[in-house]
Amino acid sequence: MKFGIVTFPGSNREIDASIAITQGVGAEVVHLWHKDHDLQGADVIVLPGGFSYGDYLRAGAIARFSPIMKEVSEHARRGGPVLGICNGFQILCEAHLLPGALLRNASLRFASQWVNLRVENADTMFTNAYEKGQLIRVPVAHGDGRYTADADTLKALEDRGQVTFRYVDRKGRPLPEANPNGSANDIAGILNDRGNVMGLMPHPEDAIDPLLGSTDGLGLFESLLARVAA
Amino acid sequence: MTRYRVAVHIVPRKGVLDPQGKAVADALHALGFGSVLDARVGRHLVLDVDAADARAAESSVRGMCDKLLANPVTEDYEIAGVSGGAS
Repeated sequence: MKFGIVTFPGSNREIDASIAITQGVGAEVVHLWHKDHDLQGADVIVLPGGFSYGDYLRAGAIARFSPIMKEVSEHARRGGPVLGICNGFQILCEAHLLPGALLRNASLRFASQWVNLRVENADTMFTNAYEKGQLIRVPVAHGDGRYTADADTLKALEDRGQVTFRYVDRKGRPLPEANPNGSANDIAGILNDRGNVMGLMPHPEDAIDPLLGSTDGLGLFESLLARVAA
Repeated sequence: MTRYRVAVHIVPRKGVLDPQGKAVADALHALGFGSVLDARVGRHLVLDVDAADARAAESSVRGMCDKLLANPVTEDYEIAGVSGGAS
């Protein structure tokens, strides 16, 4: 069971992701460079947070054409798990591995804060260690996190249980003040229709130790470990 | 082949919330420019391309917009102008 973490020029959370996986859930990590054409036998691919290519043009727009994205897309097509966190989510949308797009926060401010998420679907390979409706506390740090898709796409995501995480307040209520970026339907994370590609803007990899203020992010990595090992 | 300069406007699609455009419109209103009904903030790209003629230059830039320069989910683009034929 091996996690492959892809580093692009401008990635900055690849070490955080690595610590969450190795120290957090005791799995093996292999670091992959964006120019490689080899996933080195990784079972799960992680596209970490950061500002690949300086967010030039649009966040994720240039990274999606990095050489390794060909192998990442093939891995996804074979049903292999792909997790995109923050900038990784933006890259997955730009690569059309997930529907929709992530635009500038409605506030026009960079959002660096703790958020409460409600687990909307716990029957996925990324969320099975959580309970449906469970509230978790994780940080966000992004300027372009406003999830946007056309009405038909949003309806399909909702109807098919592809919304995995939603921004809510402390009591689990989706309210405008609990949504840090103005995302449609308070969406924080989504799954593709096949269930093997997930993107989310918050950082579960930074909520893995009591010293960091929360261990709620561990469930995501435990979920992957349980499902892929099974 | 000849060098052509192709300019492209890329703007947030109608119906997509454009907070930058709204901030600009609000600032203009605050400055007394009450005539402003709407503002949208996008990108203007100027590309110098090698092409057989102006049509081919425009066509190649449309291909670039479809593949990379614009996001079809949230943005519209238009070719703002093609000039050149001179290097």
